[in-house]
Amino acid sequence: MSEGTSKGAVSYTPFHPRWYRPRVSVYWWLGEWHYLKFILRELSSVAVAFFVIETLFMLSALHDGPEAYMHFQHSMRSPLLIALNLISFFFVVFHTITWFNLAPSAMPIRMAGKRVPDALIAAPSYVAWVVVSACVCWLVLR
Amino acid sequence: MLFSAGGVVAAMLIPVQLFLFFLAFPLGWLQGPSYDYLLSLVRNPLVRIYLFILCSLPLFHWAHRFRYTLYDGLKVKHLTGLIFALCYGGAVLGTVIAAYLLWTI
Repeated sequence: MSEGTSKGAVSYTPFHPRWYRPRVSVYWWLGEWHYLKFILRELSSVAVAFFVIETLFMLSALHDGPEAYMHFQHSMRSPLLIALNLISFFFVVFHTITWFNLAPSAMPIRMAGKRVPDALIAAPSYVAWVVVSACVCWLVLR
Repeated sequence: MLFSAGGVVAAMLIPVQLFLFFLAFPLGWLQGPSYDYLLSLVRNPLVRIYLFILCSLPLFHWAHRFRYTLYDGLKVKHLTGLIFALCYGGAVLGTVIAAYLLWTI
C-alpha cells in the first residue's frame, strides 16, 4: 500500500488544483493612461543608465588626454546621439517630476490636525532642484 | 535604500548634467569648458566624490526599476536569475569602472 492512501492520512491528488488566474496580456499597460504613465516612468531608468554610460565614456576620454577628449566631443555631435540625448532628457525630467510629486504620498505631514497640501511638501524639492542645477552650471561654466 | 537614494540623485543632478554636457555643449548652445579646466575640476576631491555618487547610485536605481519593468511590465517571468544578475551585475560593474576612472584620472 502506498503512503498516500494509507488509512487516516491525507490523500493527495496527483493533479495541480485549478486556480482562477486569468492570463494578463503582455500589453496590459497600453490601455489606460495611468498604466502607460507608470511604464514610462519605469522606463525613464533606461535613460538614467544611458546617461551614466555616456558620463563614464566622458571620464574615460578625460582620463586619456586632450586628444581623446576632443574625439569624444566630436562623437557626441552625431545626430543619433543628439536625438537619443534629447529623448533621454525628457525621460529624465519626467523622472524628476514624478519623483518629487511622490514625496507627499510617501510622507504625508499633518499640521494642527490637517494634512499639509501636497504642493507644499513637493515644493522644497523643486527649489532644491533649481538651486543645485544653478550651482552645477556655475561651477562648469565659470 | 540604494533605489531611493539613486532616485533622488538622478532626479536632482541628471537633468542639468545631461543638458549641459550632452545637449548644450555638443549643439553649441553654450561654450563648453576647456579640457584643462574640466580636468582640474574632476581632480578636485569633492568633485570626484560627486561624480562617483552621480555614476553609482543612479545605476542601482536603474537596476531595480528595469528588473521590475521586465518582470511586471513585459511579463518576462522566466530568466529571473539572469535578469537579476545582468541588472545588479551591470550596476556593480559601472560602479567599479567609475571608481577606477576617478581614482586614476
